[in-house]
Amino acid sequence: MRYGDKVAVDELSLTVERDTITAVLGPNGAGKTTTLETCEGYRKPQRGTVRVLGLDPVRDRADLLPRIGVMLQGGGAWSGVRAMEMLRHVAKLHAHPLDVDLLAERLGLGDCGRTPYRRLSGGQQQRLGLAMAVVGRPEIVFVDEPTAGMDPQARRTTWELLKELRGDGVTVVLTTHYMDEAERLADRIHIIDHGRLVASGTPLELTRGGTTATIRLVVTRPFPPGSPDSLRVALGAGTEVTQLDERSLLVTGPADASTLARVSRWCEENDVLPESLTLGQRNLEDVFLKLTGRELAP
Amino acid sequence: MTTEGPARGGLEFTPRPGAAPFLRQVAAQASMEARLMLRNGEQLLLAVVIPVIVLVGCVLGAHRVGIDFRNPAVDVFTPGVLALAVMSTAFTSLAIMTGFERRYGVLKRLGSSPLPRSGLLAGKVVALLAIETLQVLVISLVAFGLGWDPAPEPLGAVLAIVLGTAAFASLGLFVAGVLRAEATLAAANLVYLLLMAGGAVVLPARAYGAFGDVVRWLPSGALGDAMRDALIDGRTTLLDLAVLLGWAVVGTVLTARTFTWE
Repeated sequence: MRYGDKVAVDELSLTVERDTITAVLGPNGAGKTTTLETCEGYRKPQRGTVRVLGLDPVRDRADLLPRIGVMLQGGGAWSGVRAMEMLRHVAKLHAHPLDVDLLAERLGLGDCGRTPYRRLSGGQQQRLGLAMAVVGRPEIVFVDEPTAGMDPQARRTTWELLKELRGDGVTVVLTTHYMDEAERLADRIHIIDHGRLVASGTPLELTRGGTTATIRLVVTRPFPPGSPDSLRVALGAGTEVTQLDERSLLVTGPADASTLARVSRWCEENDVLPESLTLGQRNLEDVFLKLTGRELAP
Repeated sequence: MTTEGPARGGLEFTPRPGAAPFLRQVAAQASMEARLMLRNGEQLLLAVVIPVIVLVGCVLGAHRVGIDFRNPAVDVFTPGVLALAVMSTAFTSLAIMTGFERRYGVLKRLGSSPLPRSGLLAGKVVALLAIETLQVLVISLVAFGLGWDPAPEPLGAVLAIVLGTAAFASLGLFVAGVLRAEATLAAANLVYLLLMAGGAVVLPARAYGAFGDVVRWLPSGALGDAMRDALIDGRTTLLDLAVLLGWAVVGTVLTARTFTWE
């Protein structure tokens, strides 16, 4: 997919299994929305093939649309329409819609049913968007950044709903730049960056990383120049050192006490005072950083 | 993974996809659009209040300044005001509404619903016709109150309204499709004001002197004259109807070539 000269998504190949939650994870501008909108038939790829439920999203659009639910990243309603009126309208376009009152209640929209769309909070608009995506009882829902701008309570409600969808046999494809969202919800995660797939796997597969462990070293003052290299030499073969920011380093290597001891000794020799030294399993954030060399959070 | 119990509130998400029958979708879309248009104060002003003020103002004003037509003032002005009402709804209101639908992502959202584009257009047309019916009703009642005594040719009037709607709606969609929402708002209102003043809608084209030979080819002049012919003299003027049809074709081609849904 290109927009003018800019390649938004390139050589991206991924498959989504039925009845699962799949997360497409990446930083802003990674090509997540473009990927989703290509599946939804909004954009026609210049090259390559997209099949959703075996259908071509552009050519077979009329057959596909009733079977999918789409939550856009924002907007999608008249500014003067009341929340429930909008939901009822979308429900009427489908043959066997969910009970709109129950659905609204479930998503905490019961109190703002008569509120015009423009006066809904960002989180309420998001939840209404999600309700519109699922009300037609689709086989697949595509949700673009479903919890962006939601308060923690609404986020949990949304996560629960997405899990219930999967439990009832709906396939969920979501984009997110929140690590915890992908880690907690998804059966499978595809990490993309600059429009390319950089890693795929279950959260466990992505974070396990074999027998290696990570040590996150945070110090009180900025590291002296050349620190990552000198620490790598001190630790010997089989370890990797990545600088996270000016006061923290990530060591990936054998999970044993001697690695920890060597890190401490290196600190002493280089006159840096550790503020914290955390030994642990890699988390997705580390995986992402290692794969792309940049932080995920916007 | 499924949590049963009161939290679920009896909701079952088991897939059961399907589009509602086409006509039911069109009906839903039409009623939604009509309700939103009528709820909007500015649109209501444009649809009913301004035409009624123009009608009452012209009829009373004609008495004062003593403009002499072949017929009573109310008989001359009512068909033109009906034409004005059609123009305001089919052109200005539709353009503004559609412009903001693009801006707010409504068209994009509906683009991923089972409602096909033909259904969306049909919904808009039905909504327009419903609002126009309401306008004709209100304006006619006021006109009868002022002593309106038409000599109607119903077929000619209905054809004029339908073709006028087609012409103005296709041009309104064209404007909404090429301009940003705010620019559409400004342009649609400006064009409405210019045509109301100088487009031979309320006043007959011949009242403009030599300029009348130009404005009668505008959709406003053709619609106004077709309505006057149908309601004052009880005739159907094919030339005016053909002009409206021509504009509808031009507008449709322009819209089809330029309209983007986002």
